[in-house]
Amino acid sequence: MAGYFGNIRDAVRTIFEGLTITASHFVRKPFTIQYPDRMDIPVQDQLPFRYRGLLDVDLEICTGCLACERACPIDCIVIEAKKNKKTREMVLERFDIDLAKCMYCGLCSEPCPTGSIHHTPEFEGADYSLESLIRRYVKAPVIAYKVSKEPETDPNVAPILKRGLRYLDEFASPEDG
Amino acid sequence: MQEFADSLLNGGILTGFSTEAGYAIVIGVFAFLVLNFIMLNAGIFSWAERRVWARIQSRVGPNRVGPQGLLQWLADGIKNIMKEDIVPLAADRPLFKAAPYLAMAGFFAAFAALPFSQGLIVADLNVGVLYITAVTALVVVGILMAGWSSNNKWSLLGGIRSAAQIISYEIPAGITVITVVIFTGTLSMQGIIEQQGWAPWNWFIFSNPFLFVGFFVFYVSLLAEGNRTPFDLPEAESEIVAGAFTEYSGLRSLLFFLVEWGNLYVIGALCATLFLGGWQVPHFTDNAFLLTVAQLGAFFLKTYFLVFLSMWVRATLPRVRVDQLMSLCWKYLVPISFVNLIGSMLWLVLFPEGLAIARYALFAFGCGIIVYFLSRVVSHLRRARPELHISPII
Repeated sequence: MAGYFGNIRDAVRTIFEGLTITASHFVRKPFTIQYPDRMDIPVQDQLPFRYRGLLDVDLEICTGCLACERACPIDCIVIEAKKNKKTREMVLERFDIDLAKCMYCGLCSEPCPTGSIHHTPEFEGADYSLESLIRRYVKAPVIAYKVSKEPETDPNVAPILKRGLRYLDEFASPEDG
Repeated sequence: MQEFADSLLNGGILTGFSTEAGYAIVIGVFAFLVLNFIMLNAGIFSWAERRVWARIQSRVGPNRVGPQGLLQWLADGIKNIMKEDIVPLAADRPLFKAAPYLAMAGFFAAFAALPFSQGLIVADLNVGVLYITAVTALVVVGILMAGWSSNNKWSLLGGIRSAAQIISYEIPAGITVITVVIFTGTLSMQGIIEQQGWAPWNWFIFSNPFLFVGFFVFYVSLLAEGNRTPFDLPEAESEIVAGAFTEYSGLRSLLFFLVEWGNLYVIGALCATLFLGGWQVPHFTDNAFLLTVAQLGAFFLKTYFLVFLSMWVRATLPRVRVDQLMSLCWKYLVPISFVNLIGSMLWLVLFPEGLAIARYALFAFGCGIIVYFLSRVVSHLRRARPELHISPII
């Protein structure tokens, strides 16, 4: 008999206590982050500089050395570069990256001498066709960048090169991410 | 309602119609209005319930369709209507197709006797409570039919569970109704409300200790009858997929959900009528319209609070096991409701006019519970020191 009334007492007490706990949660601020459109700072801006998102190429500082194409383990980078015999300059005729194949290993960005090919914090790559995931960077043949001993003076190229070299130097670490 | 129909026929807009035709038109119009009221309520409850759960679980819930997600139920409904209406090959076609309508009819018929205000009631039957208890039991036929005709083991399990559960829990609910009825001496819903006052201590819940306990017994029994968590065994998702509703799709599945959410309103309205004074408000004005609005407000306030309570309970308690469900009903609720019945009879013999001191004491006790409850909530908040967000808008 004591067990019977004990059960009733336990039921009433525990349900009462349970309701107080849920009521206290009812007035708390939700933890949900309303990605993507209702955030104070977009996710892309919160990610570290060396975050391995979608690949990007700064064609202004690409030397046409093909190091990235050779490094890519799954051949998602295709580059066609020819040497102009007269001016002895490399001419880039094609620079395609198939982002559908890319596995974000980062091996292409490591041998790059100028930091031209790099990962960006951008990660929203969803698209309606695989075809449109092939990024074609060379629209018309361009002359490849030539590294010189002196500091870069061209005001258009200097900030891009600075960024590329920083990309090579810096590594994303959890401490300063 | 008959007087209203008669007044329309004799000099109202229906002059010239035969009596039968006039009645049919009035019945049709009332049924249309009430049906729309139910659908709107069930729809908004589905959204409100998701928002309430979400906030309790530190989520946001649907807040994109319309202002604060208020139109989410419309989007869900339109989506469900456009889905293919699949009938399994091995199903018993006529039964399978008829089941949702039967469940719907049983639940819809209850609204005929549910009051809204002093004048607003479709039909003030002199056997109102009995009628509601009877027709809501028809839902079980629909669910059992759905479970049987789907020709699916899970559906059958769900249907049988539902039948066992609803029929078991009708006993404590019915006895508690009798406990109220021996005080009122009438089964009419309006009659029951008219014997209570606007003040909380004049409600039946505080009129004596047995009815105070009876209110909770009644509420729990109605939750179980409405297949609400923690008693939603008929559609226990983690065990039997969706129980009796497993094979249903499209509009038919929508009808079952309409019944489930609409039942919330019936639960709230029944409890408010029997125990919480229904639409009673102080007679502050002689303007009939203002008084009706105030009565509607009071009734909806009580009903929607109880609806909110059942959403809250659903977010709090886990589902019980079948044996626990049955032991709760037969070993606890049924004996307690019998004790209530006999105790109430004794009370009526000892204090035929009621005991004012008991009313005030019980009212104070109820207030004490609420104060203790709030102090517990505040102590939880103090201990966790969370970031608060009290506004429902997010």
